Amino acid sequence: MTLMQKFLGAVAATALSAGAALAEPALIFDLGGKFDKSFNEAAYAGAERWAKETGGKYFEIEMQSEAQREQALRRFAEAGANPIVTTGFGMSAPIEAVAPDYPDTKFVTIDGWVEAPNVLVVGFTEHEGSYLVGMLAAMASKTNTVGFIGGMDIPLIRKFACGYAQGALAVNPDAKVISNMTGTTPAAWNDPVKGSELTKAQISQGADVVYAAAGGTGVGVLQTAADEGILSIGVDSNQNHLHPGKVLTSMLKRVDVAVYNIMKAGPDVSTDYQLLDLAADGVGYAMDENNADLITPEMQEAVEAAKAKIISGEIKVHDYSSDDTCEALKF
Amino acid sequence: MDYLTILQILDSTIRLATPLLLACLAGLFSERAGIFDIGLEGKMLMAAFLSAAVAYVSGSAWLGLLAGIAASMALSILHGLASITFRGNQLISGVAINFLAAGLTVLIAQDWFRQGGRTPSLAGNARFEPITLPFAETLQSVPVLGPLYHDLISGHTALVYLAFACVPATWWVLYRTRFGLRLRAVGENPAAVDTAGVSVVGLRYAAVVICGILCGIAGAYLATALQAGFVKDMTAGRGYIALAALIFAKWRPWYALSATLLFGLLQAVALRYQNIDLGGVIIPVQVMDALPYILTVVILAGFVGKAIPPRAGGEPYVKER
Repeated sequence: MTLMQKFLGAVAATALSAGAALAEPALIFDLGGKFDKSFNEAAYAGAERWAKETGGKYFEIEMQSEAQREQALRRFAEAGANPIVTTGFGMSAPIEAVAPDYPDTKFVTIDGWVEAPNVLVVGFTEHEGSYLVGMLAAMASKTNTVGFIGGMDIPLIRKFACGYAQGALAVNPDAKVISNMTGTTPAAWNDPVKGSELTKAQISQGADVVYAAAGGTGVGVLQTAADEGILSIGVDSNQNHLHPGKVLTSMLKRVDVAVYNIMKAGPDVSTDYQLLDLAADGVGYAMDENNADLITPEMQEAVEAAKAKIISGEIKVHDYSSDDTCEALKF
Repeated sequence: MDYLTILQILDSTIRLATPLLLACLAGLFSERAGIFDIGLEGKMLMAAFLSAAVAYVSGSAWLGLLAGIAASMALSILHGLASITFRGNQLISGVAINFLAAGLTVLIAQDWFRQGGRTPSLAGNARFEPITLPFAETLQSVPVLGPLYHDLISGHTALVYLAFACVPATWWVLYRTRFGLRLRAVGENPAAVDTAGVSVVGLRYAAVVICGILCGIAGAYLATALQAGFVKDMTAGRGYIALAALIFAKWRPWYALSATLLFGLLQAVALRYQNIDLGGVIIPVQVMDALPYILTVVILAGFVGKAIPPRAGGEPYVKER
């Protein structure tokens, strides 16, 4: 392992010295990988959009193991990258350790939580977006049973599940919500086989709509749902196109917008906490030609009404991560 | 818990146990011949990738299977070269193969398909479809046995039946053929085999090649039967669980079947019930996930019988001069 790290470090070092940069932004992808069709890919899309529009360049690295996180941060900081954007909750602790050593560098954590003057925390109200797709799920379900399949069992994913359950129950108080987590280690983000089995298990318990918030594991969930003829809901990026007509909708988390805005602001980006909610279009549900036939105008009307009420504060969606409890769903 | 639920869990057990069983038998051939192989994971991963890629390009799952077997065999021969011909450390070679496969698959997939280290989704003949055994539909109404036959025994892909057929085949090869006797001997005492005028190197290469074939089938099963395409790191540690099963099975084919079925059952139960409530005591899902390893440690510690590995395992054979 250490040999591997040295090797990777050397590769990173050469890659960085080749750039010899003046405040170019850096982007660190989490373990799910740059092309997870989901969370990290959204970040990548945002960065690419920035690069295309401004002609700028940015550093990037994909995490392969937990141990690389701090090293990657330090390398980028030493090379003068600014701001350094990271995705995933797992970056919180490494940033906390590294940020004080480089006070002039701005660090950005998307989904993490760090309190330091030079760290920008970007959060999303995933529970609100999940609430909306939960409503759609309950309205589309004929068996009154909807499923949730999470990746790694962490508070963030429970936040998705809790919002989803609240939305489903708001439409149909008798709806049954089945929730499963794929695992408790980062491997749970990339285990489509387990995702498939969980989907089959939920189908046998009556679920006919499943919502996957599980990174690469979700590919297996969506595939099995399409094979077995039930509906699924994608997450983070718009995944409706993966199985046209079989994916009910996708819960959008506009990581791309966040990354784009941060890179555009450059080293001068403000480090005030950013919460991207429904009002800011930070989260939402995906509508396109692939799912147009699945969502009736009445369904959309109901969801739009709920969206307006959430924005106005009339509906309060409980956030699991605020107090680690969820009334709508038992874990 | 009703009868149907039990059948569903057992059905899931079979699907989950199949890749473990194939990888476990693969390891069995290799280790019985004295070549430790912790590269099962990497070989499965490589086979999963290439089988999915070739199945997508050619539109035939069977061609994909052949490609998967070829990819896995290539890594096997690499392992053989390092640990038999050049007498390197077998564990290090195995680890290297795991890293190699993890990196290469994503790199090639990205270069080939530009879909971020995965292959495009497979459809139609590019996937192994479930086979409905004869009379499954008509017999379904028969009480107890009908659903058992229809839900549990029928309705799997060809590779599942192939995997289960491999168990008696392995037993027969190992214990009823001359080749099997020599293979076991070369793992226990290669010098004696050499004295008898049989090639130690040849036998060990044969063993790692068989190991490659079985790993190839396991990988192809993951990517083209269970799933519809390759995803980065999709083996998710199954090669290591298979190794644990191999120790649990004490390097014997029939025990391998029961060990992998047991591990598959544990996974299936863990997936079906997140937390199990046993009369007030709640067993968290993590315990179920860890049980295969715990059981293996218990076996290794000698509490339940003794697991004695092949005596010459892990040591390169040097001819006396």
